[in-house]
Amino acid sequence: MWKFTFLKGIWEQEDIINNILVESDTNYEGGITINSFNILIGGEAGQGLKTVSHILGKALYRMGFNVFTSRDFMSRIRGGHNFDKVRFGSEDIIGPADEVDIIVALNEETVVRHRDELKEDGVIITEKKDAGGENVVEIPAGKIAGEINPKGINTVYLGALIKILGLDRNECEKVIAEFFEDEGIVDDNYRLLEQGYHEVEERYEVAAPGNNEKRIYLDGKDAIGLGAMAAGVKFYTAYPMSPSTGIMNYLAGKQRDGGPVVEQAESEIGAINMALGAAYGGVRAMTGTSGGGFALMAEGMGLAGITETPLVVAEIQRPGPATGLPTRTEQGDLQFVINVSQGEFPLVVLAPRDQEDAFYQTFRAFNLAEKYQLPVVILGDQFLVDSSRSVEEFDFESLEIERHLLSPAEQEGEYKRYEITADGISPRAYSGQLPGQTVLVDSDEHDEAGHITESAEVRKAMVDKRMKKMDRLREEDLQEPEYTGREDADYLLAGWGSTRGPLLEAQKLLTAEGISAGVLSFADVWPLPRQELESRTEGVVKFITVENNATGQFANLVRQETGIKADNEILKYDGSPFSGKEITRRVKEVITQ
Amino acid sequence: MSRQEVTVSKETAWCPGCGNFPLRKALAGALNELELSPDKVAMFTGIGQAAKMPHYLNVNGFNGLHGRSLPPAIGMRMANHNIKVIVESGDGCTYGEGGNHILHNIRRNPDLTHLVHDNQIYGLTKGQASPTTGEEMRTPIQTEGINAAPLNPIKFAVGMGASFAARGFVGEMDHLQELIKEALNHRGYALIDILQPCVSFNKINTYQWYKERVFHLEEDGHDPSDYDEAFRRAREWGERIPIGIFYREEKEIFRDRFSRLGDTPLVEEATSPGAARELIDDFR
Repeated sequence: MWKFTFLKGIWEQEDIINNILVESDTNYEGGITINSFNILIGGEAGQGLKTVSHILGKALYRMGFNVFTSRDFMSRIRGGHNFDKVRFGSEDIIGPADEVDIIVALNEETVVRHRDELKEDGVIITEKKDAGGENVVEIPAGKIAGEINPKGINTVYLGALIKILGLDRNECEKVIAEFFEDEGIVDDNYRLLEQGYHEVEERYEVAAPGNNEKRIYLDGKDAIGLGAMAAGVKFYTAYPMSPSTGIMNYLAGKQRDGGPVVEQAESEIGAINMALGAAYGGVRAMTGTSGGGFALMAEGMGLAGITETPLVVAEIQRPGPATGLPTRTEQGDLQFVINVSQGEFPLVVLAPRDQEDAFYQTFRAFNLAEKYQLPVVILGDQFLVDSSRSVEEFDFESLEIERHLLSPAEQEGEYKRYEITADGISPRAYSGQLPGQTVLVDSDEHDEAGHITESAEVRKAMVDKRMKKMDRLREEDLQEPEYTGREDADYLLAGWGSTRGPLLEAQKLLTAEGISAGVLSFADVWPLPRQELESRTEGVVKFITVENNATGQFANLVRQETGIKADNEILKYDGSPFSGKEITRRVKEVITQ
Repeated sequence: MSRQEVTVSKETAWCPGCGNFPLRKALAGALNELELSPDKVAMFTGIGQAAKMPHYLNVNGFNGLHGRSLPPAIGMRMANHNIKVIVESGDGCTYGEGGNHILHNIRRNPDLTHLVHDNQIYGLTKGQASPTTGEEMRTPIQTEGINAAPLNPIKFAVGMGASFAARGFVGEMDHLQELIKEALNHRGYALIDILQPCVSFNKINTYQWYKERVFHLEEDGHDPSDYDEAFRRAREWGERIPIGIFYREEKEIFRDRFSRLGDTPLVEEATSPGAARELIDDFR
């Protein structure tokens, strides 16, 4: 029997038979310790995978573990093959892992598809006895559930899993009680959990680290929603589109808790124009979509640009073009978002690097949008919004809402919405704010008062005024990427947005193999901060970009903005996110070329 | 402080004799009669000659995108219901490019006044067919006549359950001004489809053409609270064209459906990041 115990902050693997303690390498090539345990729960759509992974993830988090849960599911309501991965351990878990310690197979297909990912000493929990291998733990989940509640097969497996891990099922019961509203269903799930628990034997002895008071466990969509709430968003309107819809779900549920009014628009075109009207009316407004919907919003982005109306748009990428892979992940919209809409106008694109960053960047987006009177895009992806992670509790004390509105007392004479100023930022008042004054905005080129014009002189002055806002933004508000690694690292890996976690894990793995690599992780992608890029690429053996697309859009952007050409581009566009191990393997491939 | 008057500008980009002039006069007259001051009125328009209206009246203005005059007006109503909202644009912008928005905003029943300058032609792009152009018309594009049946905006609006549906005619300015006043006083979505000639590009539907056909519904004994009768009258178009209020009904407006919204406009609500802090407990 293999036994995992939690000891002195690291996982150790104990061979009971030989009574020898060996350090767990969790099967990473080269014997590197990433102190985590990885569980894959697979089955059909409709079997309650999301429910069971949520309950498991939250219970583990409450036991004091750090948890990372990622989701891979098909665009359908029933059937197909979906799986969630729950990775947990004592250290900060920042991304998914490839190899799996335990497979919880709610159907046969899960075993067939994922058996190769199972570690040598891993365990498969399934109903089918002939799944193969001595590591199969059989459980008659269907029969048990049939006697209690046929919909609750997932909870039977959860009970078995908890027992196999040697964990207390108490925390799962608490989450179940919170999760289900109906008391009868809660009772059913208690019984299902208990039956599953008693059906199997302990395999591991995983000791829970204790409490997790200073941490919270949430996914990227809720982090974006909460960031918007903290920023005082008053109106959110969107058209449902995976994987962005979760933001609207979260905010709609908070309307009575001081959240925004939420309206499902008739289309993405309706959504962005409605949000702009609300912003013109003086409130913080937001919309959200994925690439396809953003394509419909393109003209509205230009409208925000020329009318200088503050707007925050969440663009949560999925693989395109057109309908693409609706529920999978990709970073294929970077250049599209930066270059959205006809004509030239300033905008800001922020790509949150993880669930914690998603909260702070969303908050920041609202301040930037109002300070510079322009659209700010939160460029996320399915991997960011559908993955849950335990992160440090958000620091609300550090947040300050800055609205940059003209105060009526400051206004002398006739108000001009587009008054030419030294930094290009005109005093902003909203419609109805200044007694006796009106606010006029126009999608046509306009003069200082907002009136339509075709004067060449005014046109040039207005373009200059709008573009000039970027100068101040570059000086005062642009955030350089985060650098992790030794100052004299041989290799520089650069990524943007949600690749941060896998990149940092790769950096650890590479270091342990004697490969010195540093990681530059970008959240501000437009305008692109240049200082770190210019200094960190100096003298490295290789500069390698890592991104979830087929054409190296970020590498192209870096070259366009700095003239620096990546020596290698590590690209992935199969709809799934990188793991740290995959990046490690591919870095090793390119550096030996 | 005495109330500011709604005034009109001298310069416009409209053709001499354009129906937009009497329409603007009727609108300014209605706003002044109702004592609505310019800073408490916001006008949302799309693109086209009609959509230039906010440049020629001294009210708040949002001259947005082609077809998109309605959505920002809804956003404005959400932000601040103390501002009177007027949506204005032409027949192409409203019923063509903006068709989806009018469909769904009739369902929403937001409290706003929607004035559609219906000259049955595209003016600014020089004479192509609009959704309301008669089938007999030939244009440089529709060289053999219009290949789709014209939209009847009143039939559409009444059929969709609009809470106020009316037709006006710029050749009867006093009547139009009264209609606009009724629409501004209506609590809910009020559509006025306003017949107006395009002196440059529509040689069929002239002042004379309309004058020979229009008659007043109210003088014809029409009861605007009778839905079935409204629908029957809405179908009248041709030798006789009814103008006036086809249908009017008080019903729940859009913002009534949000328990989140109270008397204080969203724009006046105080906000601090700390207000969201306790929501963090959901994630423990």
